[in-house]
Amino acid sequence: MSDDQPEIRQLPLDAWHRRKGARMVEFAGYHMPIQYEGIMAEHLWTRQNAGLFDVSHMGQVQLIGPDVAEKLEAIVPGDISALKPGRMRYSLLLGEDGGILDDLMITNTGHHLYIVVNGAVKYEDIGFLREHLPDDVTINHDDEAALLALQGPKAVVALARIGIKPMQPDWPGVTDLYFMEAGPFLWNDIPLGISRSGYTGEDGFEISVPADHAEALAEALCAQPEVRPIGLGARDSLRLEAGLPLYGHDLDDRIEPVSADLAFAISKRRRTEGGFHGADRILSALANGSATKRVGLAVDGKIPVREGALVFSGDTEVGVVTSGGFAPSIGAPIAMGFVATNYSAPQTRLEAEVRDKRIPLTVTSLPFIAHRYHRKGKPA
Amino acid sequence: MTCYFTLDHEWIDVEGDGATVGITTYAQEQLGDIVFAEVPSVGAVLIKGGDAAVVESVKAASDVYAPVSGTVTDGNGALDGDAALVNTDPEGDGWFFKLTLSDPSELGGLMDDAAYKAFLNGL
Repeated sequence: MSDDQPEIRQLPLDAWHRRKGARMVEFAGYHMPIQYEGIMAEHLWTRQNAGLFDVSHMGQVQLIGPDVAEKLEAIVPGDISALKPGRMRYSLLLGEDGGILDDLMITNTGHHLYIVVNGAVKYEDIGFLREHLPDDVTINHDDEAALLALQGPKAVVALARIGIKPMQPDWPGVTDLYFMEAGPFLWNDIPLGISRSGYTGEDGFEISVPADHAEALAEALCAQPEVRPIGLGARDSLRLEAGLPLYGHDLDDRIEPVSADLAFAISKRRRTEGGFHGADRILSALANGSATKRVGLAVDGKIPVREGALVFSGDTEVGVVTSGGFAPSIGAPIAMGFVATNYSAPQTRLEAEVRDKRIPLTVTSLPFIAHRYHRKGKPA
Repeated sequence: MTCYFTLDHEWIDVEGDGATVGITTYAQEQLGDIVFAEVPSVGAVLIKGGDAAVVESVKAASDVYAPVSGTVTDGNGALDGDAALVNTDPEGDGWFFKLTLSDPSELGGLMDDAAYKAFLNGL
């Protein structure tokens, strides 16, 4: 190995994963658990019970400084100024031409902004933030914190049982959080940052915990009968069923938000005012449509259609698959990809090319599996 | 019958000039949940080391190579309805195809059971 070969690093829970029987693979520069008992079983367990995911490879970053929300709005299209303390929002980090550099979660903690970015591009993101935010914004990369995601319909009952308290006694409890709300909590005097959010389409939580205490927390959660550890493999199949894009596969710096079918991340005020990277291009796409669009693709038959497969209408190449595989909760292959907007209407029949064969596809609205978030104002 | 193994974790069970081919227990464990298998058509001519079949797990597609050269005489139709047979019985009902060997001397380059076990221990 040459000196400039990056070292594959260990997550705080590395030894714990191995003890739990994980098969480890390299992902985003880390040894990560791809599966424990098997992707299919882990996927279905998460949809029916609760799964614990180690997503400590992701970047946890604090942005601190005067008017930091307004300043961040130069490079993301969301209304961050309107984000109340304890609330979070999905957004997109935009390059100067409006291409998507990453997707991220932005939380207003009341003191600063806390963002979670993708592990594979976190150092690029931090460099970009430093370059594009003024010097009075401090950027703290919290690489001493682990990040665990507890996902599934029974996540809330499991989390309620381990004795998590709000940071202040008169603040709401962790089970009082609604989807896209966050707060500071204590578990055995250990500070936790918990949000009700995730990447599976299910109700669930993401928990930031000091790395030294990550193993104790993971052990306490997995001691609950509803909870099993779940690997990256099922994380991918769960998010695909939930219609959620994966950066580096379904999103990249050549794609703007409208084409990516993420126009919901462009807040109303920002649509009027602009003032973010690539606003001309993005607002034009909002008004006039984009040339291509991210869509769901239901696959006929049993042959999985995977990333890179070309999509055709008759002899005309009209798109490409960006994520695809077998959907355990559906029992059939599904895919996601970009097609020319003329071919993006639901029910449009297309074909993918797999090993010189044509596989029939049907354009499908996303998600494939309905989201079951715990939204405010909706029954649990 | 004599069973041989390849470095790519295929097994080949030889009887006379005919043989049955599948993937090993180790291979199916590495692949994980298998959701689709594509076996070669009867009459297909395979070349040692060339693509012979495809096995798809939830995660990825993998090629199954021909351990030796020959002509396919049968494909396992049961895998069409239940690809998970490759997980549950990889060295039995989860076989992939049968072929007539065109050059039995190619078997000399393969591992026997003891050699394959030693190879696995070294992985």
